[in-house]
Amino acid sequence: MAGILVVAEAAADGVSASSLELLGAAQQLSSQGGGAVSAFVAGQGGAQALLQHGASTVYVGTNAALASGMAEVLQPAVQAAIEQSGADIVLLAQSSLGRDLAPALAFANKTGAAMDCVELKINGGRLRATRAAFGGNARAEHTWTAPLQIVTVKGKSFDAPEAGAGGGETKTIDAAGAARINVLGISKAETTGIKLEDAAVVVSGGRGLGDADAFKMLEDLAATMKVAAVGASRAACDLGWYPPSQQVGLTGKTVSPNLYIAVAISGASQHMAGMAGSKNIVAINKDADSNMVKVSKFAIIDDYKKVVPALIEEIKKLG
Amino acid sequence: MKSAGGHSAPPAAEEAGYRVNIIVCVKQIPDPETPAASFKVDEAAKKVIPAQGIAPVVNPYDPQATEAALRLKEASGSGKVTVISLGPDTARDAIKHALAMGADEGVLLNDPAFGDIDNFQTANALAKAIEKLGGADLVLMGRASADWDMGVVPTGVGQLLNIPVVTVAKAIETSGAGLKVERVLDDGFQSVEVSLPAVVSVSNEFGEPRYPQLRQIMMAAKKTVQVWSAADLGLGADEVGAANRAMPLEALYVPKVESNVEIIEGDTPEEKAAVLAQKLRAAKLV
Repeated sequence: MAGILVVAEAAADGVSASSLELLGAAQQLSSQGGGAVSAFVAGQGGAQALLQHGASTVYVGTNAALASGMAEVLQPAVQAAIEQSGADIVLLAQSSLGRDLAPALAFANKTGAAMDCVELKINGGRLRATRAAFGGNARAEHTWTAPLQIVTVKGKSFDAPEAGAGGGETKTIDAAGAARINVLGISKAETTGIKLEDAAVVVSGGRGLGDADAFKMLEDLAATMKVAAVGASRAACDLGWYPPSQQVGLTGKTVSPNLYIAVAISGASQHMAGMAGSKNIVAINKDADSNMVKVSKFAIIDDYKKVVPALIEEIKKLG
Repeated sequence: MKSAGGHSAPPAAEEAGYRVNIIVCVKQIPDPETPAASFKVDEAAKKVIPAQGIAPVVNPYDPQATEAALRLKEASGSGKVTVISLGPDTARDAIKHALAMGADEGVLLNDPAFGDIDNFQTANALAKAIEKLGGADLVLMGRASADWDMGVVPTGVGQLLNIPVVTVAKAIETSGAGLKVERVLDDGFQSVEVSLPAVVSVSNEFGEPRYPQLRQIMMAAKKTVQVWSAADLGLGADEVGAANRAMPLEALYVPKVESNVEIIEGDTPEEKAAVLAQKLRAAKLV
């Protein structure tokens, strides 16, 4: 029996933005013959949004223990939703929860989970999932021989569907797993200024800057744009030039801003893995053959020490 | 304290002190700092062609897992750190790196059948090896391997051994008979407590791993590295190999990057900056 189950995550005003993107992915697969779209969410609060955005059935986890948000507690409830819906495709967000829950479901069902997928399609009635591998240097496409096909979806890979009337139904599931992990507390990350992942513009520096002081210049450039945050390559962070919390890349943050300005960054896969989703890339680099220049929309081949201060003045002039 | 999967596990918590038996899983991968131009794929074989002159490295998260193991061992005053790697002969170097950092023994899981396995089979082989070692109080791994970057094997090993899994740890300390772990979440941090045995995956936020000194590297050469095949782990031909994958790899390729870069022209850096600013404004990017 075919069908698609979206594992949504509740948020203050319904469900998370990534949950709605999952419904967008699910609708696309459904239109290719993937079957009906259902969704699971812990708590009644998210059901309405899921119905309005295209889920025909919403399974609401009602057990109070689900509030911990831990994968081991949610797993039996989601398993019940899989079985009740008859879904053979399960979509989760590549979030803290999805990273834990997708493989847990996969291993329990003797199948695989394809993580952080960017493209999904139905091919001969079965799912084919595309994801980046080797730091974005390669693309890998997976299929499943096991009946159940589980994926997590990379953020911003699909558009959320338009909200409609939402004529579907809700069902409740009371299951919850035993908590072997005891949550003591949660704290929000400290952010000074704009959070790197949320910034519309990211200005990043690499090893080619030559010293830590150069980051002051990048901060000045970011300040002229008001919506910008400053990032750094792993090499620059390893050298102690900028805090590791601002590292963009495979072992750092993943960003997909509207504008990414890469200053003196060559573009090794380690770094590209964290920013390849940027909508527009500008490179300021001495090396015209560097990978970063190749993937850019605009590039200046020159010494950043002269270019960046001039760019700051020019952007100020634009007002 | 119970030990994961073991029948003859050593008594871990003793009256006299905390004796801890830790297993660290490490992986050897192509160097993620390889320039994009040197990265090539054999599309027919669906494999990465090793880049000329660029040696494979230890997965960058794994030394942090080893560091976590060594700190817990040191804090306990006694204990043992065993390092396991599944991979080709060269993966011995990843084990040696952990041994040079201070791990006590190594096990290489090496079998031609392991060449084309999926993450379910990888986790299964590691779980079988952990059982064969008599179990452990704690299994530590990097949060993901930077080659395939799935990050699912820690969860798989925990599930197969039926012990809790705490992922993406930035700090680990002993707490009573268990551990207190600080996890990295999407938008903050979570503090959790877990009893042992458990699997914990370690993130880059954990901090700098120690760097092996020459004397330790030489000492590591004398430490034992056992080699176990699929058969040694009790894995039959129907359990490992490409034919038995639940999630086969259908294609592996380098995405075509069409360079549409516009190189900004100008006589001086200042002039180029002015042109760029105008273009960015025209594109409504600033």
